[in-house]
Amino acid sequence: MNAIASPTLAQVLDHPGIWRRSADRQPRVRALATGWTSLDAKLPGGGWPQGALSEILYEHDGLGELDLVMPALAALTQEHRRVIFVAPPYLPYAPALAAAGVDLRFLHEIHAGSTEAAWSMEQCLRSGCCGAVVGWLPDIDYRSLRRLQLAAESGDACAMLFRSAEHAAQNSPAALRLKVSNSDEATYVDVLKSRGLLTTTAPLLRMRA
Amino acid sequence: MLWACLRFPGLAFSAAFAATPEAGPSALLDHKARQRLIAATNAEASSLGVRRGQSLAAARALCPALEVRPRDPDAEERLLTELAAWCYQFSGHVSLVPPNALLMEVGASLRLFDGWPVLAERLRSGLVGQGHAHTLAATPFAAASWVFAASADGMVLPDHEGVRRMLGALPLAQSGLPVATVTSLQAMGFRRLAEVIRLPRPELTRRIGREGVNWLDRVQGHASDVLPAWQPPASFRQKIEFDAELDGSQPLLFPLRRLTRSLANLLAARDGGVQRFTLALEHARGETTHVVVAMAAPQRDAERLFELARTRLERASLPAPARAIELEAAELPVFRPPVRDLFEPVRGDGLDWPTLDERLRARLGDAALRQIALVADHRPEYASRYGKPTDTVSSPRQRRPLWLLRRPQPMRPEPAAVLAGPERIESGWWDGGDTRRDYYIVRTAQGQHAWAYLPPGTLDGWMLHGWFA
Repeated sequence: MNAIASPTLAQVLDHPGIWRRSADRQPRVRALATGWTSLDAKLPGGGWPQGALSEILYEHDGLGELDLVMPALAALTQEHRRVIFVAPPYLPYAPALAAAGVDLRFLHEIHAGSTEAAWSMEQCLRSGCCGAVVGWLPDIDYRSLRRLQLAAESGDACAMLFRSAEHAAQNSPAALRLKVSNSDEATYVDVLKSRGLLTTTAPLLRMRA
Repeated sequence: MLWACLRFPGLAFSAAFAATPEAGPSALLDHKARQRLIAATNAEASSLGVRRGQSLAAARALCPALEVRPRDPDAEERLLTELAAWCYQFSGHVSLVPPNALLMEVGASLRLFDGWPVLAERLRSGLVGQGHAHTLAATPFAAASWVFAASADGMVLPDHEGVRRMLGALPLAQSGLPVATVTSLQAMGFRRLAEVIRLPRPELTRRIGREGVNWLDRVQGHASDVLPAWQPPASFRQKIEFDAELDGSQPLLFPLRRLTRSLANLLAARDGGVQRFTLALEHARGETTHVVVAMAAPQRDAERLFELARTRLERASLPAPARAIELEAAELPVFRPPVRDLFEPVRGDGLDWPTLDERLRARLGDAALRQIALVADHRPEYASRYGKPTDTVSSPRQRRPLWLLRRPQPMRPEPAAVLAGPERIESGWWDGGDTRRDYYIVRTAQGQHAWAYLPPGTLDGWMLHGWFA
């Protein structure tokens, strides 16, 4: 018998076109650890997907939505990779940033109107010299989201976009969508969509009591 | 020693037509002649029969649409200096031979540039790229190179005897001797330079004078040439004046490209870069618009300098049409080429941070890009400011919010619960910004964690100052 003519079952299953649902064969997603163990465990690759757009949809300011990304950003700046804040809604406060472990020398803020903000975010992502680009673009449309996703892929940067939770029902090209909400005086994180994740009904994560 | 001579026959023309590209048949008028005589023509004009030495009236009769400009000796000298700056990257000894030639010692540079053919090719392609017609020759004697550059383009003769042989074969008209001397020698029946050189020295001096003999000695390498070495200046300033007023930024791009290229040539000569330069646009009635182009790190690439200047110029609003454009760079700092990790894969556009920073600044303005610095001050508003961060300040031990409101605002509705506090902040009596507040970490009805304060001793009048986002 010819070995090439009759491949073993394992060889067949190795074919990239064949998808198997099994826990030990997670699709390979390169990711940046979020620093939150319970969240890492829920995400494919164990963190924020690299070279992709992540959306964080939050109900109100001050639910701990920024805390979610801070450990990853702090780790990037400590590796001397640049982190860019595009059009933040408030003043990023240096004492808290420093306390979170951010090396302020590698944090930049871009102050821009909504169209310029989308452009700047895309330029930063595409450039290939930024570790993560975090943007607050409340009225971004699907086309611009798609552009950001492509820019993140091309520059292999981590794109994080903060938007209001009202957009949760809308379609989005983002690789990961998280919803940050509050009930019973605690903050919960819900994984709405995640590329490579099998169950979309992951239990809510309780982040802050 | 190997002296290369570059001659630029079209230099006068390029200098006079620096502001706007010539379109259609054009000619240059001699500035010295009492009658107005044509000094140079472009290809279009010569195809219509306009020749050098014609009177303006005759040329106009041949070609009514002829565009005429007077020669501009100052501009010619500037252009020649600019070319010297460019050539300085190939040789440490460049010398100006007005009106339209350059001499450079290339013997010492040959090894660096892989020999004469490669060096000559780089010279030629660089000059063609800048749009300068040129002829080139190289011999061990500077004067001989100058002679051959005019008569035998591309000639290179490294050995002394060969040069003398070739000189002997030159017709007298091409020998570089003054026209009057050449005419008188021809009247005596001499045709080639060899016949003149063969004459006994006293006889020769009597016939062509001390000057002529001296010249022949220099051409043959019997006497040495003293050539002043050109030194690149420490700053750059160049101006192009227009014949007509140019409205809007679009027509300014052609002179702008010339200026930035000229700047880049100087930078290449100095092995330097430029971090900041100013474009001054002169309008009627003595008004001037200044456009500052600043970069994050020194640059020297002509194309990038042009692109940056163009973006800035297009964003600037010009109150009136421009009559002249001037580029000034006062400081030319040391240029350090970007260092890239050999093993790091290039991602995306592969830009480095300074380039991205410039691109963003060019479109958004300088104020749009900021960094956040920590300041050792107890007052919350002063503990963080926009500026260059230093790592000498340590962060406070108490919990601080990630978002600070630009200005504290009344908190409505009032907080649902107090999570921590009060923390009394009382400071700033020394600079008039006196602050006396009790800060609390509070929770709202929606579950938001906020940083709010009360005036000391009261229980209402909550002021919201930050979010624990």
